Parts: sequence; structure tokens; C-alpha cells
Amino acid sequence: MREEKKVLLRCEHLVKEFPVDRKRAVHAVSDISLEIYEGECLALVGESGCGKSTLGRTLIQLHEPTSGKVFFRDAEISAMKPAQFAQYRRQMQMIFQDPYASLDPRMTVRDIIAEPLVTHKVCESKEAVTARVLELMDAVGVPREFLYRYPHQFSGGQRQRIGIARAVALNPSLVICDEPVSALDVSVQSQVLNLLKDIQANYGLTYLFISHDLSVVRFISNRVCVMFLGKICEIGDSETIYRDPVHPYTKFLMNAIPIANPHLREQEKTLLEGEIPSPIDPPKGCRFHTRCPYATDRCRAEEPALREVKGRQVACHLV
Amino acid sequence: MEEKLLEINHLKSYFFTRKGVSPAVDDVSLAVPKGKIVGIVGESGCGKSMTAKSIMDLLKYPGRIVEGEILLDGKDLTKLSARERRRVRGEDVSMIFQEPMTSLNPVVKVGKQVREAILTHQKVDRAEAKRRVLEVFRQVGISEPEKRYECYPHELSGGLRQRVMIAMAMVCRPKLMIADEPTTALDVTIEAQILKLIKTLCETTGMSCLLISHNLGVIAQMCDYVYVMYAGKIVEQGDVFTLFDHPRHPYTQGLLASIIHLDEQRERLSTIPGMVPNLMHLPEGCAFCNRCGQAMDCCRTKKPELYDLGGGHAFRCFLPGESEASHA
Repeated sequence: MREEKKVLLRCEHLVKEFPVDRKRAVHAVSDISLEIYEGECLALVGESGCGKSTLGRTLIQLHEPTSGKVFFRDAEISAMKPAQFAQYRRQMQMIFQDPYASLDPRMTVRDIIAEPLVTHKVCESKEAVTARVLELMDAVGVPREFLYRYPHQFSGGQRQRIGIARAVALNPSLVICDEPVSALDVSVQSQVLNLLKDIQANYGLTYLFISHDLSVVRFISNRVCVMFLGKICEIGDSETIYRDPVHPYTKFLMNAIPIANPHLREQEKTLLEGEIPSPIDPPKGCRFHTRCPYATDRCRAEEPALREVKGRQVACHLV
Repeated sequence: MEEKLLEINHLKSYFFTRKGVSPAVDDVSLAVPKGKIVGIVGESGCGKSMTAKSIMDLLKYPGRIVEGEILLDGKDLTKLSARERRRVRGEDVSMIFQEPMTSLNPVVKVGKQVREAILTHQKVDRAEAKRRVLEVFRQVGISEPEKRYECYPHELSGGLRQRVMIAMAMVCRPKLMIADEPTTALDVTIEAQILKLIKTLCETTGMSCLLISHNLGVIAQMCDYVYVMYAGKIVEQGDVFTLFDHPRHPYTQGLLASIIHLDEQRERLSTIPGMVPNLMHLPEGCAFCNRCGQAMDCCRTKKPELYDLGGGHAFRCFLPGESEASHA
């Protein structure tokens, strides 16, 4: 079934390093190849510092890759000149984590949502811009009478709705959602998640959904990519991975989530020891071996490649 | 119920601002039994942190305790002098905060910061104090305590910093530890470690804990008894099993319904419409009436009282009759 799907965005051996000084660099994304299919929601999950946000930003050229290629529908966007890339830019938009920092406090809601329309000159007149803005406000559930209000007059949930309206203003194909609900309260979080799902269906969007929250990812995504220290551990259909995680790290991650059922708390949990190693000097071999209780000599020496196990891709020597 | 360590009766902490009075904590009564973990759950702005700060006497101007009593072992903390409060704070009651980076002094070595807590409260020399710090470091699972003692906060990871904060809170062997969103800033694998640590410490030392969290998962895993707060008031209270199995207040029911379960794929999430109201412009009746699917006429005009269901379970709503029927 998946073979029939069209690839929207694809990266090959993508590497992004940030230099620290002359000798050392932060290895944020190390040799990642993946595909995002049209119409799906691919989630990138992992703990802070695993490189998920950097990967998302590098994919849409907000960071220049250190090496590797990114293709958008067969066009290699990573090799393009800025002028050439401009027409692709509007196909890829982003929703940010912090709705307080991602909206300009001195702009009205109208101007915020209209900015991409004006920048890319898609509307003929000011009236057309306003009409389109109102249409978008309806779509995300912000009342029309708030057109000339400023961001500080809104709650976090409403600000995030405004951010969503701005992201879909240009009818993009791909929207990168970088932790879009982690700053919101529980009751508002589910409202925004439902909205994101509706918007995806109505506008025919493809999502790359970056989150550390595995329950949110469970709800929104079709496929999941679990990352650890700049590498993919496990990637495959959500259903498959949530039902039966194979990589030891995925298992620990799932196990660590506090379950909202007091009857299940006496179950003895095996917890992951230690902390994430430094991405400046990542461990040799499998990058997870320093925390993995099952690590063998092979794990310490040889880096595992992604291979097909039980209907998904896993990078582990032991499965 | 068991012997109470902390008992709060009709506590009101208000903020007096230029725009009006904000009732951050409005007539809150709660109890923490000895050796138990009690949770306060609610969304941002519901008053859960302000309740904790009232206990610690950390309310900042323009906020202050208006009335009510806070009894620790039967002694009313609100009647103590500033000097006596300072002794209680840190020695009998200690607190850990959400953001372990901003709660530590960045220019003082962490060992010294923890040692300061002992030197402030107890008459011991520095060598003895250091010995105790290292002992507590070991107790909270800090590896290589001698080395960490000499570290500055920025040299430690988030998980380790939170362990240092817990060590600082534990070092005077308090009777009560208040943990305000202790794991919200941490990754899930580290969160699980810290929660386990807090639970173990309570079990081994007999300390009580007041755990504040917005995360129902954390509450379900940790607490014996739970209070649900909304807009400055306690809307439901009960032991953890009753509360999760038979929630009665529409707000609690809504919160529990919006949880995403990992073992099922859902098309839509159930939501609570609207948003948390502004404390300065609360509805005349029940604070939740504008968001409640079951609101009746009386909900909009009168403020509901706590309705006692027996066995420690109570909820603040006019609906007892109806909910009873719908549950049966």
C-alpha cells in the first residue's frame, strides 16, 4: 500500500553539524535518510537534544545542511540558489512551539496572517488580502471581530490558532509543526490537536510533526520516526510501533510515560539509567549503547544500520 | 483518616492589583496525612502554585494571605513571626520547583548551595555539613558525589540539577516536601527517574509530599489523595482510585476524557470548550459554568458548595442528583 504513495520530501544522508570551535562540532543530525509521503503525518520523536528540531529545520532549508541532499518532489532544493528556491519556500511552512514568541507583538492579527500573502504577492488588492485573512480566521476558529487585535490580547490556545492560520495562508504542501501544543494547557491542547487534524484534511496537507510527547504523536501521526542523538532508531507506521516497539530505546521511552491510571502504577517499571550523552562527542558504535542495558561488544564497536524488522525499519544489532 | 501533618482551612490568598482583586486561592481547605503523597492537579492559573507558595510564605507583593489557617502539626503557620517562618521553611517544610536551572545560583558550586541549607538551620561545623551533603547526594542517586559537590549548576544536566534541588530540600529532613511541577521541564526518561526517586524517599523516610502537577499521568502514578483545582477553588477531591474511576465534577470528567491513551487510535479527542477564565472576571455563579455541558440555570447565578459523597470524596457542583443517575 505504501508503495503507491507519492514522496513529497526526501533526504539522503543528511548531516547537520554546528561548529563549537575549530576542532569540535555538535553532531545534531548524522547521516539521516528518510521520506515523507504526500498526505501523511510523519512524527519525529525523541528527547531534547536528539536533533529532531534541527532535522525539521534542515529539511526545509532553514538551516543549510553540512552535507547530504534534500529533494522536494524530485527537485533538489538543497542545491538551489535562493532565487530559485523562493518558489518552493511557499510550499513549506512552519508552526512553532511558543505562541508567545512566534507572533510579532506589534502587529495586528490581520497583519500577522497577511504577511506571507503580501511577501509572496498572491493577492491583487488589500481587500483581497483581508478577505483571505478572514477566511483563514474562520477556518481556525478565531472570531472575525478580533481582526485588528494584538497578540497580547489572546490566550495561548488562540495565539497558536493564529500561528496555524499564518502557516496555511499560502496553501502549502508541507507544514512542519515543531512542538505545536507543548506550551498549552491540557484542555486547550486537545482543541488545537483536533484543529490540526481538521486543517490537514481540509487543506490536503502533509505534516512533519515534531514532538517529545508520545501520546500527542499517537493521536496525530500515521508514521513515527524515533530519534536518538542525531540518528534514527526506529521508523515505521504508528500502529505497528506503538503496538510492539522493537528498538530498546523506543521500548524505554514508551515505558517511561506516566499512565493516567492509578491501577497500573504498581507494575514494576524498568527505567532507563543515566542521561543523554553529549552530541559533541557521541559514543562510538551504536549511539545508544552507553544507556542500553543489553549492549554488547559489537554495539560498542560497530554502528547499526537501519534494516527491516517486523514491518518497520530498526537500527539495532540485537533484533 | 490518618494523622494529618498539614491541614489548610479556608485559605484565601488574593492579589491586589491596580485592575482589581484576583482571588488566586479562594477558600481552599486541604489536608496532607503523614507519610502520604497528596496531589493538586489543575491547569495554569488555577491557583495550585499559589497554594504552595502560601504554605511556604513565598507570596510576593501584591499577593498576600487574606484569611484562613495553615496548620503544620497543629501549629498555625500564618500566626508565626517572620523569623519563626524562616525556621519552618527549609527545616520542616521544603520545596522543589519546576525549573531547576533558575532555582539554583549559577555562580555558587552546588555542594556549597546545599550545605548552606544545613548551616542556616543547624549548629554543625562545615566539615560535618559537607559530610551530610555527600550522604544526601548519595541518597538521591547522584553518582560521584565528591566530584559533583564541586560543580557549578551549568555543568550539570537537567536531571542532575533536579536531583541537587531534591537533595537541598531533603538535607534538613523535612516533614513535608512541596514539589511544584518537579518534572515538567524534564524528558520522559528522566521524569520517570525523578518521580521514582521522590516516591522512594517518601517511603523510606516517612516524609509527606504535596505534589503539584498539570499532568494527570504523574498524579495517577504518584499520589494517594488528589485535589482538583479550577479558578482558585477545589472542585473535586478524593483518593486517587475513586477520582480516576468515578470522577463526578464535569471539569474532572472533561480532563480525564481528554487524555490520549497509547493503546488506542482515536479519530477525535474529546475537549473542554472555551478556556480558563480570567480570575478577575469570573462568572457570577460557578466558575466553570461557561464551559460546562451540563450547566443549569442555578449554575449561572449561585456558587456551588462542596458536596460530600462520603469516604473523603467530594465535589463542588449542583449536579449530585443528575450525575448519580447518569453513573448508575
